[in-house]
Amino acid sequence: MIPRRKKRLGWTLGLVFGVAASLGLILYAMSEQVDLFYTPSQVHDGLGADKVKPVVGQRLRIGGMVVEGSVQRNPQTLEVSFRVTDTGPEVTILYQGILPDLFREGQGIVAQGVMIEPLVLEATEVLAKHDEEYMPPELAEQMKGIKHVNPNSNEAYNQDGGSP
Amino acid sequence: MAFESWHDFIAMGGYGFYVWLSFAGTFFALAGLMIHTMLVRKNLRKLCAQEAARQQRLARRKQQRSSKA
Amino acid sequence: MWRWLHPYAKGEASYRLLGKMLPWFSVLAVIGVVVGVGWGLAFAPPDYQQGDSYRIIFIHVPAALYSMGSFTGMAIVALIALVWQIRTAEWSINAIAPVGAVMTAISLFTGAVWGKPMWGTWWEWDARLTSQLILLFLYIGVIALYHAFEDKRTGAKAAAILSLVGVVNVPIIHYSVYWWNTLHQTSTITKFAKPSMPMSMATPLYIALFGFAMLTAALICWRLRNEILKQELHRPWVQQELLGDNAAQTEGQ
Repeated sequence: MIPRRKKRLGWTLGLVFGVAASLGLILYAMSEQVDLFYTPSQVHDGLGADKVKPVVGQRLRIGGMVVEGSVQRNPQTLEVSFRVTDTGPEVTILYQGILPDLFREGQGIVAQGVMIEPLVLEATEVLAKHDEEYMPPELAEQMKGIKHVNPNSNEAYNQDGGSP
Repeated sequence: MAFESWHDFIAMGGYGFYVWLSFAGTFFALAGLMIHTMLVRKNLRKLCAQEAARQQRLARRKQQRSSKA
Repeated sequence: MWRWLHPYAKGEASYRLLGKMLPWFSVLAVIGVVVGVGWGLAFAPPDYQQGDSYRIIFIHVPAALYSMGSFTGMAIVALIALVWQIRTAEWSINAIAPVGAVMTAISLFTGAVWGKPMWGTWWEWDARLTSQLILLFLYIGVIALYHAFEDKRTGAKAAAILSLVGVVNVPIIHYSVYWWNTLHQTSTITKFAKPSMPMSMATPLYIALFGFAMLTAALICWRLRNEILKQELHRPWVQQELLGDNAAQTEGQ
């Protein structure tokens, strides 16, 4: 390669690696801000090196799995309460409104709202998060014993029953 | 076949609006890109014809001038 | 290799080669997209939790994959354009960018339409969605820079630098779902492990991926041919190509 080209190749690659490195450092430093939500463990133990715990009245998003058997509904008012967990600690979510179609016990969700008690979130929005696995319904029932029911159907209300 | 009837196929288990909206959006975006590409070529043809006509005009003028002289 | 590649730095040779490839890409694109997407829409089984709404995957994933693939390709030709200063490489930037931008827009649009019924929202500022939106802005920036300068080669150079710097975003998009908490799922098939999908769903998706690859290639070929014609408009071979018999006729008069 002629020296002129070598020089150009040098500074172009230098530029790309420079930008990549600085962007990498920025994102690494910001990684807690880039996260969309806190996990229940983070809410419980505090976040980051300083173990900052969310305070009552703080607006935040919490993401975790809906605990089996924790969903309680009021069919008259659309009020619903459930607990979410990740590796152990649980946070209670209170919500009033229409749940996304994917909502079910054991499903991942992200709730946005205000902490009204140290471990209770009053949510204004509940979003469902699904994993990367896709399979036909028969296979899912056979392998995981999961039969998904739309959370806003009558069947779902009859299944959970009870009022919060 | 995953559907029993045409009606079921259109309904997409209640998600018909979302499924067909996303397919329509994709179709129009791709069609728009293709139409734009065709228009660019058509426009180039026009520009090229203008350029060719100009070159011819210049050549003719040159010829006339040389024949007068 | 260099002797073999050299003629393609010239407009006409590239134009002829692209012309030979274009019909193949087009035919394979139509077959791949129709079979893959049609199979996915009508014959693949529904998903156990998303029902029939997951069928959006058969366009969402191919569009998203080639939005990133096109950017990577554009960064490679940008590097060639900057270091070896080959004009066809410069023109390729302007041929690839609009195709990639449309693929990015399709992935964002289908993603939003899919997110509404499943997640419960059209949009969420999570790392995956945000970085993909940045990809769209990068494409728009590349197109704008290419046309922003009086001197076309300066514009091409500026666009090339943005493509090269912007390619850093591509791995960020791909790994965003692993590095951070996101609403978006992690990868189903674009990973080294076994796909998290049975063959009855994965087969049509692979065919759709092939079809979209061919479609992207065909669109880029087509636009690059236009770009070559535009840049060499004053050359005799372009006049012959564009006006053909027409030019011969006017000369005859």
